[in-house]
Amino acid sequence: MSFAILASTTGRILRQLRHDRRSIGLLIGAPVLLMTLLYFMFEDGGMFDDVVVIVLGIFPFLLMFLVTSIAMLRERTSGTLERLFTTPVGKLDLLFAYGLAFGLAAAVQATVGATVAYVFLDLDTVGSPWFVVLIAVANGLLGVGLGLLCSAFARTEFQAVQFLPVVVIPQILLCGLFVPRDQMAGWLEGVSNVLPLSHGVEALQEVGLHEDPTGVMWRGLGIVVGAVVLALALAAGTLRRRTP
Amino acid sequence: METAIEVRDLTVVRGAREVLHGISTDVPRGVITGLLGPSGSGKTTLFRAIVGVQIVSSGTVTVLGKPAGSAELRRRIGYYTQSPSVYTDLTVRENVRYFASLHSLGAAEADSVIREVGLAEQAGQMVSTLSGGQHSRASLACALVTHPEVLVLDEPTVGQDPVLREELWERFRDLAGRGATLVVSSHIMDEANRCDGLILIREGSIVAEGGPDEIKSRTGTDDLDQAFLRLVREQDAESGHGKEVA
Ligand SMILES: Nc1ncnc2c1ncn2[C@@H]1O[C@H](COP(=O)(O)OP(=O)(O)O)[C@@H](O)[C@H]1O
Ligand SMILES: [Mg+2]
Repeated sequence: MSFAILASTTGRILRQLRHDRRSIGLLIGAPVLLMTLLYFMFEDGGMFDDVVVIVLGIFPFLLMFLVTSIAMLRERTSGTLERLFTTPVGKLDLLFAYGLAFGLAAAVQATVGATVAYVFLDLDTVGSPWFVVLIAVANGLLGVGLGLLCSAFARTEFQAVQFLPVVVIPQILLCGLFVPRDQMAGWLEGVSNVLPLSHGVEALQEVGLHEDPTGVMWRGLGIVVGAVVLALALAAGTLRRRTP
Repeated sequence: METAIEVRDLTVVRGAREVLHGISTDVPRGVITGLLGPSGSGKTTLFRAIVGVQIVSSGTVTVLGKPAGSAELRRRIGYYTQSPSVYTDLTVRENVRYFASLHSLGAAEADSVIREVGLAEQAGQMVSTLSGGQHSRASLACALVTHPEVLVLDEPTVGQDPVLREELWERFRDLAGRGATLVVSSHIMDEANRCDGLILIREGSIVAEGGPDEIKSRTGTDDLDQAFLRLVREQDAESGHGKEVA
């Protein structure tokens, strides 16, 4: 690991993102638009707060997975990854740079999303908005980690997108957004318990209900961070300096 | 002469086929060595072994006294890949500055190399909008910018116009003059005349080695294309694989 290489690689990834206006629009605009839609859907229901606090955490996960897996796949297929492996860049330099760059993007996304939700859409949580943003960023990093890992098993961008219904959608369906997890059939709840996003969502729900951070919230955040580390370690294992 | 790259009994299998059959060669320091051979003969595979990204079946590759691909070597080697490998969603300047930064070099170095490869006007242009030749030169600039001791260039002049090709060869000559070791592959025999030493490769085996003049006089022709053909025929005749010629 080298700090200088990590910093310049993070900068390079952010510059690539900056040139891609459409992706920035998607990352920032899509959550805002969807939350606004929910605002009008739940005009007189009390469900809005419960749903939006979860949505704020799901978007970074979904979109960072998408953006990261495609970006890493391009690095592999364009020959730049092989070239980087002939330079002083280490595997961890590269993976952490992706984590930092897209983690930063997730932070911007979550901050803008939370600001819009609290200021314009009257979102109300008992706990602090800062914890909502913190957990949302952790969920974004979960997307980055899984995206880096999954891109190793895709040869084309089309194949990379195919991991969405396999890796991402089940986690969203089972995270408690549609049906509370304790009301699911026992085996479904069991599946839900081993999916990291469920714990990120649980942490967000805790912020919605309690003024001070609870043990359950910290546990959920801890599980998400642990899953990120595990995904990055596995992704490092898929990076091979020498290829056939 | 001191040896920069030492290849010993190198065998490489790619897919189901053996593409390098136990080749051995020495590349001397501070000169330009040309690796010549038809498309598919194994030039890129040999280069990948030298820069340390190719899985090899057996044999060794030693660069500057270290095993190919070792961490220390990665600070001292530059690799220009046959198909350009730069970020198409960055500008030329952003690409070259990034690769310079990996070796702790600054923006000034990057900008001067961009001028040297003739891309000063395109420095702020996205790589995706460059012509083929410009795209290759952007990739070349990223290899040159780090002032490597060993430069491995895989068909660097393909698709460049004659004037630029001339300038690039002058630049390579200049680098060798300052002590760098260059290995340049080409399938254009004409370019071989510009090299100090040649390695002729065909179907994963080395056909001949030596200076351009040496090879020409050995085969009794002034034309390297002809020389290559004669060497191949000689070898086929010796090994009994050659087709009967009436
Ligand atoms: N990834 C690969 N998998 C299987 N075979 C390959 C691969 N890359 C190259 N080859 C084969 O290896 C041989 C040598 O290729 P290469 O080193 O690229 O030759 P050159 O650079 O001289 O054109 C060719 O027959 C080619 O088809
Ligand atoms: Mg080649």
